[in-house]
Amino acid sequence: MEFLNYFGGVFEPWAFMLLLGGTIGGLILGATPGLSPTMAVALLIPFTFHMSATHGLVLLGAAYTSTVAGGAVSAILLKIPGAPANIATALDGNEMAKRGEGARALHLSFLSSGVGGVIGILLLIFLTPVLAQWVLKIQTPHVFWIAILGVTVIGSLDSKSFVKGLLSGCIGLWLSTIGYDEIQGTERFIFADALGGGIGIIPALIGLFAIPQVLDMMAKGRVDALVEALEVPRQKLAASMRELTRYVRALSIGTVVGSIIGLIPGVGGQIAGLVAYDQSRKMSPQREKFGTGHPEGLVAAESANNAMVGPSLVPLLTLSIPGSPTAAVLLGGLLIKEIFPGSDIFDNHPEVVWTFINSMLVGQVLMVIFGIMIAGWAAKIARAPAPIMAAGVLVPAVFGSYSVGQSVGDVHIMLALGVGMFILEKFGFSAAPLVLGLILGPIAGDNFTQGMTLAAAQDGPWVYFFTGTLNIILIALVVASIAYSFWNNMLAGDKAPVAEPVVGDTK
Amino acid sequence: MKRLFKTAALAAATLAVAATGSFAGDYPDRPIGVAVSYGAGGATDFQARIVTMVAGNEDILGQPIYILNKPGAGGRKGWNWFATEAAADGYTMSAYNIPHFIAQSIKGGVKYSAESFEPIANWGSDPAVVVVGKDSKFNSMQDLIEYAKANPGKTTTSGAGLFVGHHIAALQIEKACECKLAYVPTKGGGAAAMKAVIGGEVLAGINNLSDAFRAREAGNVKILGVADLERNDFIKDVPTLKEAGLDVDNSSVNFRGLMVPKGTPPEVIDKLAKQVPMMFAHARVAKRMKAGGSPMKIMNREEVQKMWADREAVLKELLKGL
Repeated sequence: MEFLNYFGGVFEPWAFMLLLGGTIGGLILGATPGLSPTMAVALLIPFTFHMSATHGLVLLGAAYTSTVAGGAVSAILLKIPGAPANIATALDGNEMAKRGEGARALHLSFLSSGVGGVIGILLLIFLTPVLAQWVLKIQTPHVFWIAILGVTVIGSLDSKSFVKGLLSGCIGLWLSTIGYDEIQGTERFIFADALGGGIGIIPALIGLFAIPQVLDMMAKGRVDALVEALEVPRQKLAASMRELTRYVRALSIGTVVGSIIGLIPGVGGQIAGLVAYDQSRKMSPQREKFGTGHPEGLVAAESANNAMVGPSLVPLLTLSIPGSPTAAVLLGGLLIKEIFPGSDIFDNHPEVVWTFINSMLVGQVLMVIFGIMIAGWAAKIARAPAPIMAAGVLVPAVFGSYSVGQSVGDVHIMLALGVGMFILEKFGFSAAPLVLGLILGPIAGDNFTQGMTLAAAQDGPWVYFFTGTLNIILIALVVASIAYSFWNNMLAGDKAPVAEPVVGDTK
Repeated sequence: MKRLFKTAALAAATLAVAATGSFAGDYPDRPIGVAVSYGAGGATDFQARIVTMVAGNEDILGQPIYILNKPGAGGRKGWNWFATEAAADGYTMSAYNIPHFIAQSIKGGVKYSAESFEPIANWGSDPAVVVVGKDSKFNSMQDLIEYAKANPGKTTTSGAGLFVGHHIAALQIEKACECKLAYVPTKGGGAAAMKAVIGGEVLAGINNLSDAFRAREAGNVKILGVADLERNDFIKDVPTLKEAGLDVDNSSVNFRGLMVPKGTPPEVIDKLAKQVPMMFAHARVAKRMKAGGSPMKIMNREEVQKMWADREAVLKELLKGL
């Protein structure tokens, strides 16, 4: 209960001001496409030079927490996921916003972020030493199998058709091989200079999700009669809270999946939301509603991506190994104050580390309050007529993909992927499985080659990848997941296919 | 529309002329960008932000320096961009990492070599060290080498990638001990390589001194040797590889500094070569770098030119036939 002794530090005037500022600023930065949590925290580091270590960390922690949640705003209202963590949020959240339920979607998303986030931080407070041991147990072959497990859900993710989902996933896997392979040291599919570094995840996200939508809106906008303005009904907070209690299952799945996956260095933040989304759909009696603006998917995704925040700091704080790019930036912020994470930080600077962790706990609550305050007016964006909306999405889309690497090449990649996706969507393919392929490809590929190198020096690949308790558990999950998809597909095959209206049809 | 384009083109041309016309006299008269070929938050980015923070002082450059992150392909993307697209007017500099970019250019497939750039000054040097887990049976370099000789190709050794300092150090150790390690380049840089050592996934690892020092402070690793000519102040008790009986010099030390593209006007290079080392030596910079556990080594333009040439010769020899 040591952490309770340091709660006073959070409410000291200066620290609390920074916490407030960091939370509000973080929500705004997070809602800006292209400004990922990592970039937001990196931008703030120079401001901490002149603060005490505790104050600096309070600011950085608040920004980290709230940028992750802020990403939901652009994912829901504009269908531009600000970071990979928000992909699953966009799936159902944007459908809700299109129905005029933007405020409801934002309320639910901030509330579930808050619940997931608080539980994640509590895990960090109480279970850090145990979790640190888990982190070390997860090794190369296990990460490989986790990536394969992710691949198995591709087919069923946000697709009317299992086969088309798999095909989109394959396109994504192929796209992920473009670029310079650092482990083998060879070039793959680099036919234009801009592709030298591969396809960046942020330009890809923006292109694949936002551009097809912009093109659709433009197509609609040409017919004046179809210019529609949605009325945004007022959403009462109490109603949203009552509604959240109906989704306890999704909330628990999201929180558990987010906390566990958040622990895995290098993987966590990217896939936590998607895995939680997929799991809660498989366990939901209303699974056919997922993807059509069903709040359950939104709740699972958002609770997962904030539950990940606390556990993702475990490797940094205990082993001094940053488990995510954002944690690496936080490490920089700590080092500059002569604080070395690891046992040093808990033994010699308890006031710094505990005030930091406590401030994130309080920050989660503030994030929910301010998030809900902005939800009301942010949701009005959905009322904008399509032509204005199209321009309004295009500007942050271009800005966001440029800002990642200050590179026009990335903007070209974003536009090319966007136009390609627009055409694919006309044939019933969807963006989510493609993006999942793009994210999982390198994780599976790199851990496979790395594992093969390690296996060659030990007992060979068979022993290395297929023995050991954790390997066997993961392989069993992979098999179960594939079997489930087939079973489900066969059941669905018995029913008559339902005609789906083509998105963007000018009628 | 056509007219608008013409006007815009004319305006752009005028601006370009104005920009080129003005630098000769009072360079710099606007902020200077420094391209970093790695992502925000990495060691190079972190240090570049610190060493350039006093650029705006009147007695240094009088203009602030801002950082442009151009990450991708182990630094290749950023340096390709810098060699082919960056304006050679002194307003775009880049951070260099030695041996990375020289080793990559020897290996091929990139659009730069040491001849594409003009060094300005060096700010830091981070030697590679050999680390093992805290419970490892190896307590000295001799233990490790003995095992490697008895089990050729079985001594799994993690490092941050191919053709980076860690890889060079591994190659030099193999050459010196006439034994075979199993070098495992990890995706995710030094942090992932260090986790593999702490988690017992590999028998040994080669990592940055600064990170290894922290890991040792946290009680997670033992440091067996440092690949440099002298012992390091951060870890005085650790012998150099030479002391441990291995003929390994400082070719794998990771040097960081600033450079400009070839073709930058000589008066601009002269001004930078004079002012930038003063910027690195500033008391506030030194204090922050020390706090961050980042070893500094300030070298002027002539010293860096010599270091680049030496490094290129050694690396060409070492990477032959790889």
